[in-house]
Amino acid sequence: MSDIITPRTKLQMSHSPAGVEGPGFFATSLEKVVGMARKNSIWPLPFATSCCGIEFMATMASTYDLGRFGAERLSFSPRQADLLMVMGTIAKKMGPVLKQVYTQMAEPRWVLAMGACASSGGIFDTYSVLQGIDRIIPVDVYIPGCPPRPEQVLDGILQIQKLVESESLRRRDSPEYKALLAKYGIE
Amino acid sequence: MAVATAENIKTLHDTVLAKLKEKFADDVISSEIDYDFPVFVVKRENIQNILKFLKEDPELNFHFLTTLCGLHYPDNKGKEFGVMYQLHNMPKNFRIRLKAFIPGNDLEISSVTSLWATANWMERQEYDFFGIIFKGHPNLKRILNMDDITFFPMRKEFPLEDPTRDDKDDTMFGR
Repeated sequence: MSDIITPRTKLQMSHSPAGVEGPGFFATSLEKVVGMARKNSIWPLPFATSCCGIEFMATMASTYDLGRFGAERLSFSPRQADLLMVMGTIAKKMGPVLKQVYTQMAEPRWVLAMGACASSGGIFDTYSVLQGIDRIIPVDVYIPGCPPRPEQVLDGILQIQKLVESESLRRRDSPEYKALLAKYGIE
Repeated sequence: MAVATAENIKTLHDTVLAKLKEKFADDVISSEIDYDFPVFVVKRENIQNILKFLKEDPELNFHFLTTLCGLHYPDNKGKEFGVMYQLHNMPKNFRIRLKAFIPGNDLEISSVTSLWATANWMERQEYDFFGIIFKGHPNLKRILNMDDITFFPMRKEFPLEDPTRDDKDDTMFGR
């Protein structure tokens, strides 16, 4: 997080979008309202394969509590998930499985690569380990660390929230997005 | 022999060697005591019968195959590859090791899946990593690596590093 947060800092978890406000009414664009709603109700799919998954458990637990950011409800089915969180080493043999999970997710979908292994293969520069999941699926946010602390995971989630809030509602129709998926051979 | 003292291990080594020499005189190449393990190097041609004998002999009774692994010594001309078997007699706590070497141009050895069902996956693993062909194996295909890889990664000629990376600058890594 860019701002330093002390115990006395007053945090507003959600800001109302820019709009016209008057007595008894508030007007804004539908896109902004939907963006705000999506941002504060992300359903993450935890794809945890190793120690980063343990840090994620701490992130979900009471001290750090990812639920504060509206991402309390984990989805263990890719069909209902918004955010694929890849946490840990992905062996090459696991690659097709991960890609299938990604393609099973419905749009809009985002991907977060947590830790050195998911981002780049990490210390496992070896014939059996995928050298970063961005070789098989597009990634929105990378979290560095081996493993990253829960604070970093929260920061990553906040970065994802920024994307979710500000991206066009029909990102999937944009030519850039289509070209990106085509690059990975995903329909 | 519950306690593995040096004396007991020597006795075990001598007993097994005498039995093997009596039965398979032409197949035993050498033997030694490697730390606390009697090791016997045998010819690969008769490995299945030797292991069967060690397993079924009532006195030796090596009924348990602890592990099995491939070996690769590229500088050993004519016996570049090998398979190591580690056997265990649980009631008496006897443990021995057998090695059979294989020339690099004829990577074949008999499967021992008929003696121990547990050898099935171990032999598949050694095929996967070294390319050793186990004759008589019911389902000899890769087990841990991707089915489509074209090499045997544990052989010494293959580098450990992932071959698909192009972001590694050797000047930065001091190689």
